[in-house]
Amino acid sequence: MLLRRCGTDALLVEVDSLAEVAAVRAALQDLDGVEELVPAARTVLVKGALAQVRDVLATVDLTHVPETRSREVTIPVTYDGPDLDLVAETANVSPEEVVRLHADATYEVAFCGFAPGFGYLTGLPPSLQQPRLDSPRTKVPAGSVGIAGEFTAAYPRSTPGGWRLIGRTDITLFDPKAETPALLQPGDRVRFVVA
Amino acid sequence: MKRTVTIIRTGPQALVQDLGRPGHAHLGVPPSGALDAHSLTLANRLVGNEEGAAGLELLLGGAEITTDVSCTVAVTGPQVQVWIDDRLADSHQPLHLPKASTLRIGTPDTGLRTYLAISGGVDVPAELGSRSTDLLSGIGPDPLRDNDVLPLGRPNVPTGADVVPPVRALQTLVIPIRLGPRDDWFEDAESQLRQGSWTVSDRSNRVGARLNGTKLNRRDGEIPSEGMITGAVQVPPDGQPVVFLNDHPTTGGYPVIGVVDRDHLRFLGQARPGTSVRFRPIS
Repeated sequence: MLLRRCGTDALLVEVDSLAEVAAVRAALQDLDGVEELVPAARTVLVKGALAQVRDVLATVDLTHVPETRSREVTIPVTYDGPDLDLVAETANVSPEEVVRLHADATYEVAFCGFAPGFGYLTGLPPSLQQPRLDSPRTKVPAGSVGIAGEFTAAYPRSTPGGWRLIGRTDITLFDPKAETPALLQPGDRVRFVVA
Repeated sequence: MKRTVTIIRTGPQALVQDLGRPGHAHLGVPPSGALDAHSLTLANRLVGNEEGAAGLELLLGGAEITTDVSCTVAVTGPQVQVWIDDRLADSHQPLHLPKASTLRIGTPDTGLRTYLAISGGVDVPAELGSRSTDLLSGIGPDPLRDNDVLPLGRPNVPTGADVVPPVRALQTLVIPIRLGPRDDWFEDAESQLRQGSWTVSDRSNRVGARLNGTKLNRRDGEIPSEGMITGAVQVPPDGQPVVFLNDHPTTGGYPVIGVVDRDHLRFLGQARPGTSVRFRPIS
């Protein structure tokens, strides 16, 4: 674990894996005075209460993710994405098998970014861990469900994007006017079900 | 009945801004808020509002408004001419705006952003705790258009400061910067920052101040996306730094050579394209 200075009131905590990111996030998430806590692929950005943060990190066990409050979210998906056949071909299975693999797994929101409410979900079966498209789409429709590398995600709104799209959902992923604007938050458990 | 303000003309760009919505970066939500928060809070104090009330951020001034009730208004930011019903009035102090009269704001000679506070504050619905327009992610009210009507909150009695100084827009900014978190991507980051010189690009916006000038030499490659903080100086492969301002993306994959102190970001928010920029690394 490496602590990198980030201005006067923030630290970038660099670790070696998503599991260690989850451990750092869990250790810091209830600390008083923390203003921002932003997990990412190999880092956690923390702003505020730096003295207490350093104390906690001095003794944190990176091999153990403590149980934290975590919500269960179910996302209904219509599996008719434009890249479903490509994903099946790459995995050397049938499209039906891609659907079964994707919908049978349990995922966890590792972090959010790219756009409000865009959650990077881990737990993707190995055969579905595939590269991005060679050429990104200029417009991915809102609700598209895609895969890229070790992650799967649903697009909260229409944006450019290079993920392989296997389906779509009608569920609202982000609504700034709602009491809980983001459907997905870091640490949440997620399942996809066939709509 | 709700008090309202009508935006007769927006000028080049008129946005509703308050102090933003920090604390939601883990959801991918930028902080947003007034780029020169100092000028907005002063304007609010002049009209008796809470410092964090929503006002208007006007790019290069140029707006014209009217209200359906008499109210107190204040215009802050760089020195600028204002008129009430075509009579010259003073910026940077409270002004009485009689019912149905018109406030017109000129174009400042220097600086970039003018702030207008109205007694009671702009009372559009808050999203994630803020009324600010976030131009990156589309949260908050849309950018204002001519003839938009906005609700106003309940006014307080103005107290406190009665005149405030205008923002002095400098021709050359010398900006303190703290190295890290990714200064190890650069050979002698401190010297490169200290010896370089840049100008503010006309492609700058609320997402970031883009700088043109000395190429910062860095390693090739990208970092797995990591959290970004306001004031982070990101260096893309072309070596031209971008200072993240309030509507910045919450994560990014280019190395951050250093972070500008929050207190100095407002000067970048007021810096016109062409303004000279130098960095002063501090440890």
